[in-house]
Amino acid sequence: MEQQWTTIIKPNAKLWEIDFKEIWRYKDLWALNIKRDIKTQYKQTVLGPLWFLIQPALTTIMYMVVFGGIAKIPTDGLPQPLFYLAGICMWQYFADCLHKTSATFLANAGVYGKVYFPRLITPLSVVTSNLVRLGIQILLFVAVYIYFICTGADVHPNLYLLLFPLLVLMIAGLALGFGIIVSSLTTKYRDLIILFTFIVQLWMYGTPVIYPLNTITNETLKLCMMINPVTGIVEAFKFGALGVGYFSWALLTYDFLFMLVVLTIGIVLFNKIQRSFMDTV
Amino acid sequence: MNAIEFENISKQYRLGYVTSKTLGDDLNRWWTMNILHKPDPLLKIGSVNDRAGKADSDYVWALKNINFNVEQGDVVGIIGKNGAGKSTLLKLLSRVTNPTTGIIRARGKIASLLEVGTGFHPELTGRENIYMNGAIMGMSKQEITRKLDEIVEFSGCERYIDTPVKRYSSGMSVRLGFAVAAHLEPEILVVDEVLAVGDAEFQKKAIGKMQDVANGEGRTVLFVSHNMASVRNLCKNGIVLKDGSIEYVGTANQAVDYYIDSNVSSFNKSINIDGINVKHGIKDISSRKAEFKNITILNEDIENLSTDEPLNFEITLHRNLSTIEKCQCAIIIRDTSDIRFATFVSPIITFSKNSDDTVAHISLKNHHLAAGKYKLQFDLGLKDYVNGTINYDIIPDALMIQVSKFSKNAQLSYAAWDKTYGFILDCDSIELNK
Repeated sequence: MEQQWTTIIKPNAKLWEIDFKEIWRYKDLWALNIKRDIKTQYKQTVLGPLWFLIQPALTTIMYMVVFGGIAKIPTDGLPQPLFYLAGICMWQYFADCLHKTSATFLANAGVYGKVYFPRLITPLSVVTSNLVRLGIQILLFVAVYIYFICTGADVHPNLYLLLFPLLVLMIAGLALGFGIIVSSLTTKYRDLIILFTFIVQLWMYGTPVIYPLNTITNETLKLCMMINPVTGIVEAFKFGALGVGYFSWALLTYDFLFMLVVLTIGIVLFNKIQRSFMDTV
Repeated sequence: MNAIEFENISKQYRLGYVTSKTLGDDLNRWWTMNILHKPDPLLKIGSVNDRAGKADSDYVWALKNINFNVEQGDVVGIIGKNGAGKSTLLKLLSRVTNPTTGIIRARGKIASLLEVGTGFHPELTGRENIYMNGAIMGMSKQEITRKLDEIVEFSGCERYIDTPVKRYSSGMSVRLGFAVAAHLEPEILVVDEVLAVGDAEFQKKAIGKMQDVANGEGRTVLFVSHNMASVRNLCKNGIVLKDGSIEYVGTANQAVDYYIDSNVSSFNKSINIDGINVKHGIKDISSRKAEFKNITILNEDIENLSTDEPLNFEITLHRNLSTIEKCQCAIIIRDTSDIRFATFVSPIITFSKNSDDTVAHISLKNHHLAAGKYKLQFDLGLKDYVNGTINYDIIPDALMIQVSKFSKNAQLSYAAWDKTYGFILDCDSIELNK
């Protein structure tokens, strides 16, 4: 008899009961969400999608003035725009994903309260739609890159650059994992939202975005920065693309495992919270 | 075959803010359940869901021990007052939130229409939003593309289909939303009062579509509404919820009658119009030249009257102006939804010369009322075909009676028709012309 029922609604399912097939059935919603995110982001703006390029360009210039010009932080002997842009592309993707996925429950409470669909679709779409943005920014990076190579700057791309897709995947996984953990916790305790804004800001300074890792000479501080799973990824990208920076397989493996753990915890927690969050949000 | 089974479904909510004490409660719950392996400690307390009553507990049962089954192809109307648990029930079924206890089993794809146009993005065009909304409701892209023309035509927004939805009038976006929903093809459709939107033309269209879905296509539909007419129209069966529990299950008509009847006053054989508990319909004393003092129905069992049984009243009247010599009494019969059925006007009653009070006996012989509950209103005045009606006094909802059989005669006692048929006139009223 039980088998004939297609939908069974129970108070509490097991922690590991995650219906990935169902998520796949809603793949069209996933695709449409991505389309919507991209289409609506710069609607009714004159420059439209050009903003995807203007934002990182302005940030780079700002960093060049503040950190490179005023604070005189070294850039590993690289041209400043190239150095900053590499860091910004990676970090901005991470921060954007984190920012948006951590608001999943609160921002979508209206829709979640009316219709059921696998809730995981929402953060997944956020992470994927931000990929498009990352792609456009990478194009900008490539353009600047070619310019500097032609002008004979001291950059040495190497085979490690092939790791780039994996690096992006790891960043996406980390952002998704952390994001949905935070979004699950904020349904009940909203203090976290305020705290989290600070944490993300601090996190950027704890990641070698505006400075190279090898300028850190204090060993304890360096260890702390290595624990940060984003450090290894950003450094690996810089190493592959620019030929300077820190690269070790051990660190990258650690980052990968870290990502898997965070993502698993995130999905399980998210899955548990989604069943009852409408009553607490 | 059952399409849906609700087994012991309960849903508990916490009253007030969900912050301050929650961490403590969470720890308490976790400790008792996971370490001591005892049932959830917070579920024992909790009062029934009575919106108006004072809370004596921090927790409330929005639904309590709901058990019922819905047959495949059935159209069930769920009615009840605000806060009776109707929407909670639909929310559980549409998996927006989880039940606290119990289990719901369903066969087939469930689509819920708790709102129309969920997920509409104001910046996207109508066409893009059809896709968005359809996908959220669980349709595939292919399916939507196949039905796109139909949806656009049904919504009647063809001219605006490539305009952002933020430029739509609210009615138009609702039409668009409903059009998408109407073209879902789930086995089970859950609908929450979304028909009460749009203009008259669109409502008719929407109800027509719902009827097609319900009757022609053999889907199972659960429908929540406060519009009793549409429940009667659309549903086969009905469930009345009260304070989170099922109070009545029957056909849609029976359930609606039960619900309406439960909201009106109870049976009373007699009414004293004292101006305190029962107020005169005409407030102005100067125009109340004569008034009712008491109205009593003399029939023995006013809850089991028959269609052919005369209604006998004893009416005590009082005149405030001694110049009033005569008056008439009108009995207005309403059904429990306050729809007027009939008005009967008595012959002239004369006041005696030396007393301001008089007692009249009225017998309403051929009322022809079919089975059902009726409310009686009494008017006192004069019906003048030249000058119009003059009212001295009005007592609305004075008495309530119930007709339950056709005749006192045991062989004819079965009431074949209920009040939805109106008056029951026998063969005497119709002549066969040769």
